[in-house]
Amino acid sequence: MVQLTLPKNSTLTQGKTWAKPAGAKNIREFKIYRWSPDAGQNPSVDTYYVDLDDCGPMVLDALIKIKNEVDPTLTFRRSCREGICGSCAMNIDGSNTLACTKGIDDIKGAVKIYPLPHMPVVKDLVPDLTNFYAQHRSIEPWLKTATPEPEKEWLQSHADREKLDGLYECILCACCSTSCPSYWWNGDRYLGPAVLLQAYRWLIDSRDEAKGERLDNLEDPFRLYRCHTIMNCAQTCPKGLNPAKAIAEIKKMMVERRV
Amino acid sequence: MSNSDAKAGRPLSPHLQIYRWPITMTMSILHRVTGMALYFGTLLLAWWLIAAAAGPAYFDVANAVFGSWIGRLVLFGYSWALIHHLLGGLRHFVWDFGAGFSKSARDNLAYANIIASAILTVLVWVVGLLLH
Repeated sequence: MVQLTLPKNSTLTQGKTWAKPAGAKNIREFKIYRWSPDAGQNPSVDTYYVDLDDCGPMVLDALIKIKNEVDPTLTFRRSCREGICGSCAMNIDGSNTLACTKGIDDIKGAVKIYPLPHMPVVKDLVPDLTNFYAQHRSIEPWLKTATPEPEKEWLQSHADREKLDGLYECILCACCSTSCPSYWWNGDRYLGPAVLLQAYRWLIDSRDEAKGERLDNLEDPFRLYRCHTIMNCAQTCPKGLNPAKAIAEIKKMMVERRV
Repeated sequence: MSNSDAKAGRPLSPHLQIYRWPITMTMSILHRVTGMALYFGTLLLAWWLIAAAAGPAYFDVANAVFGSWIGRLVLFGYSWALIHHLLGGLRHFVWDFGAGFSKSARDNLAYANIIASAILTVLVWVVGLLLH
């Protein structure tokens, strides 16, 4: 359902402003979304100040510095710090990206950080991705075959392997799905760009033998066709992939199998 | 607190309030808005046809309403909405072929749509008023 405003328990309040580091010359302001299940209050936006002369170049470096030196209660997911695990996906400076690959220098003024949009918040910058993962499971993201297994591996030509380029790189960080207004309004029924790109990754795989079944599962006014080519997904993908294009290819497959 | 209670109390993270609109998102919304405007514009068209069928006296009334400056302003908006929505439809038609998805292509299509709709609308009105 389209609800343009936030529910009562989710509206933002003015948060705490933390002290500036003493003696620092190159200070940057960070405005960060805070919510704790233990406080029983609405979310707020806290203001922190970071000395950029004594901090790594990425937004994640600043978050870790704040957690280490200023406020240990600040909560966020992170792991690989090199854009391959997808844990530190969040909304930075108005669009979704990975904190570990987003340079602080790329942002003008205060760095505004929120959790991935339109998601239930577990704590601070940690969204609940249960539904997102369940949707991924629903497209059965594994090789499905009917023919007997070969003695060694399933073979694939170089040309067929190339069809997976731009798809296999997806790290399921959920930046694209949570950037999509259509997913905001219908995330319970629309699969969203990330999961549909994954679906296409298996549809286009020359070794997979369940194409018809996969398309049947997607042929639904909501699961696939809530994509209205808004293109926020392709705009925001931190890996430079194009989920909108993948979804268009699935729509084409739907038409092609009827003619 | 049980697990389900903890989940029920979770706030929804901000979305429209904080998201920076790319041009393609703006154009998608504008496509919807112009689509809705066409419903009302088409009602005006229907009223004009009904007035024509009702007789010369009533037709003159309708023409006077549409000929007033506010009437013309509304018609100008309607014609822009129609042209903008039409071009937007063509944009979606291109995408249905799997083309025009690159960053430059989708941005250029968006800007072309808004610029072309403005130029075409003014052109239609200039020609219309000259022939008037």
